[in-house]
Amino acid sequence: MEATRKLIRRQSLEKLYNALSETRKIYAPVMAEDKQITYCYNPSFAEVTFDHIRSTMSPKNVLFPKVENLFYYTNEKTESVISVLDLNKIPEVVLWGAHPCDAAAIDVLRSIFCWEIKDEFFAKRLEKLVVIGLSCHQSDEYCFCTSTGLAPDSKNGSDILLSRLQGGDYQAEILTEKGQSIVDSLPDLFEPVTGEQVVITEVKQKFDHRKVTEKLATSFEHPFWVSNSLRCIGCGACAYLCPTCACFDIQDETAGRKGRRYRSWDSCGFGLFTLHTSGHNPRSVQSQRWRQRIMHKFSYMPERNESLGCVGCGRCSSGCPVDMNIAEQLAALQNI
Amino acid sequence: MNNLISKAKELLEGKAVHVVIGYEAGPTGVARPAFITDPSGADMLIYDDRCVQNLAVYLTKPEVKSLGRMAIVANLPVMRSIMMLISEQQLFAESIVVLGISDKGDLLDIADIQVMQAYIEKSDLSNPARDREPLTALNKLSPGERFSYWQKELSRCIKCYACRQACPMCYCTRCTVEVNQPQWIPVQSNTLGNMEWHILRAMHLAGRCISCGECGRSCPVGIPCHLLTMHLVDQVHDYFNIYAGTSDKMSSVLSTFEPNDKESFII
Amino acid sequence: MSDSIYRPYLMEIEQIVEETPDVRTFRLKFRNSEEGEQFTFKAGQFGEYSVLGEGESTFCVASSPTRKGYIECTFRKAGRVTNALANLEIGDTVGFRGPYGNTFPIEQWEGKNLLYIAGGIALPPMRCVIWNSLDLREKFKDITIVYGARSVSDLVYKHELKEWGERADVKLITTVDPGGQTPDWKGEIGFVPMILEKAAPSSVNTVAILCGPPVMIKFTMPVLKKLGFQDKDIFTTLENRMKCGFGKCGRCNVGKVFVCKDGPVFSYEQLLSLPGEY
Repeated sequence: MEATRKLIRRQSLEKLYNALSETRKIYAPVMAEDKQITYCYNPSFAEVTFDHIRSTMSPKNVLFPKVENLFYYTNEKTESVISVLDLNKIPEVVLWGAHPCDAAAIDVLRSIFCWEIKDEFFAKRLEKLVVIGLSCHQSDEYCFCTSTGLAPDSKNGSDILLSRLQGGDYQAEILTEKGQSIVDSLPDLFEPVTGEQVVITEVKQKFDHRKVTEKLATSFEHPFWVSNSLRCIGCGACAYLCPTCACFDIQDETAGRKGRRYRSWDSCGFGLFTLHTSGHNPRSVQSQRWRQRIMHKFSYMPERNESLGCVGCGRCSSGCPVDMNIAEQLAALQNI
Repeated sequence: MNNLISKAKELLEGKAVHVVIGYEAGPTGVARPAFITDPSGADMLIYDDRCVQNLAVYLTKPEVKSLGRMAIVANLPVMRSIMMLISEQQLFAESIVVLGISDKGDLLDIADIQVMQAYIEKSDLSNPARDREPLTALNKLSPGERFSYWQKELSRCIKCYACRQACPMCYCTRCTVEVNQPQWIPVQSNTLGNMEWHILRAMHLAGRCISCGECGRSCPVGIPCHLLTMHLVDQVHDYFNIYAGTSDKMSSVLSTFEPNDKESFII
Repeated sequence: MSDSIYRPYLMEIEQIVEETPDVRTFRLKFRNSEEGEQFTFKAGQFGEYSVLGEGESTFCVASSPTRKGYIECTFRKAGRVTNALANLEIGDTVGFRGPYGNTFPIEQWEGKNLLYIAGGIALPPMRCVIWNSLDLREKFKDITIVYGARSVSDLVYKHELKEWGERADVKLITTVDPGGQTPDWKGEIGFVPMILEKAAPSSVNTVAILCGPPVMIKFTMPVLKKLGFQDKDIFTTLENRMKCGFGKCGRCNVGKVFVCKDGPVFSYEQLLSLPGEY
């Protein structure tokens, strides 16, 4: 649908927040005591922050939770009984204040979970999700959205995109039917736009992802994978913080006769990820696992799912204990 | 600083070592581990307050070992880690060159293991000052309050295992929690399982932790898990009057019996 | 079809064959007969077999789609799940998710000679397509099977080997490694690549299907090339660590292909284009 722009004043924003929280759960960013930004469910409007650059954990939890029960089972004497979860119990959720990188990550996750066979858990959560995006009026040295084809005010993935205006109110871009239905239900809160300018930060482009994808197609055996990854300690922090990383493990957990099968986050950076029971490991060395991470996001995914596996949020680099700065490495890579 | 760079160049040019493990500055200004294999690369070496990673974690990694003989820039925690690795048969003292660095950033002359041991023994081996305050505050809480504190913190743990990977003493090729016959603790992240993980790790490090604090610093969600291992450093010192990493002939404090061990809990 | 892509079919063990001390074959039937009637698959596909509470493990479907009413799987006791499976008895429940993966392009082989080469525990992934082609025997020309294992006790599907050997329209060559023979062993003695070279089957109008441990493949490929086989006429199956089985968990990829979706069946031509990450 054609996007429309409206003005929403600061006080109306609070009314919008409170109105939405009457019928839905709201997943919004707050600042914790130790100054970290975390997403949590249903904070009060006063606790919600509009001034963060990036949250510690990405909001992907709302669509791809760190633990998702797949089904429950009971093992009788020889027979087993499986009970499938009722997905209708998944509540309506508003993802509030997602920056354009995190909102665009939703499209990337969808390109994995809804590719050919649909993952019903993800699909149902996505159906029940409304995204109120928040474009960026500030950024830092770790941001590189403009290198992945996005921008600090990209519209991908948001149903309504809020942008701060110079005077402190917000512009609301209504981008989808879901967004429009919210506006229709609370029309008084949305006024016509004035000529006021939006405040959008500038994010310098560090590399061109198309050049990177092209270079990667012929770089599988290049020695830089080894030299670039010597300091990587294989900790998995990058994958867990990343809004587009979707690799998961499937495990069973039993107590007595009853139990559940669940899926939980996993990381291709772990040594155990590809270890065969026989002991053979196709990726036995960290450099192979680092190569897998980069190739998967910047070479295999663009080719298969037509979607770049990175949104340039910078969490991997800012959270890495040994500064495996992905933007730095890719900027060097495109020039080799 | 210049002494370190020229020493590194000298070692590489003379082929006394094939790689110098040190620190360099990244483009955002943070210090990060560097692996210098060419003498000209030694100009990138730095040492200042930003250099916090415990480089000894690389001494047991096959990718680094395959580069050849190693020299390592070693501040006090790294030196103690090296001592622990040698005492646990993970490293031969002759296979590395220690480029000792004082806390002021000056290159020390660590000719061999005895010199390193003498330096360690005259240093302050207790927990770092910045961590003693939170440790004291935690110890003042009642057991119930303390449990609630850790329950709240560890409910945030995402089981990324950054704490384990950053620790030089966690060198097991297959960690206990990666065994599935039996599966000792849950694979997923849940509060009880997370507490089991951190208690398990702290216990496995009792008598081995040298208080570098890297586990807590590496945590992507900011859980101060280093306080758990450092608390046990204090406890081990109280019970056995030793600090880890002071000798290459230390035996594991929790699996060795000395005739003069306190037996107040039995007798 | 399952309502949830993660929910397994519940199967009942109908028959257990102890192939070797640590290899079992299960014949499984669907507890829900309606699901059983609607179930179809093609030769080459695999499934995720589970013991609820222990986990899932990936094996091929080792029976032929021409035989209705049951599926079979063969596995070696190696880890947690396979050991738990091996402890099950007739009548117990096994979970099965599938069929996943691509298939042997058996329709393209009609009118050709088929040369099957397998080693050790790698016969199960081929048994489905061997049975499939034998059940449709008139569609193919000569069928030759070369199968070897470390020792006589390591040969799997012993009763089937006997059946195949007794058929006039199949040429069966079995071999064991030197030292693995028993006094009454009547087959060949030697490694599979050597025995293949000795048998020297013609490569004209022939498709070769090869499955075995990496070392066997490494030495058998040059023999096939020497005999004149082209890369596009040699097929194999890959295995890799899997969890979901349908391309979402991100684990089994070799370069840009997922073994669970674009495989496990690959032609040698395709294999050569993949990076050496398996």
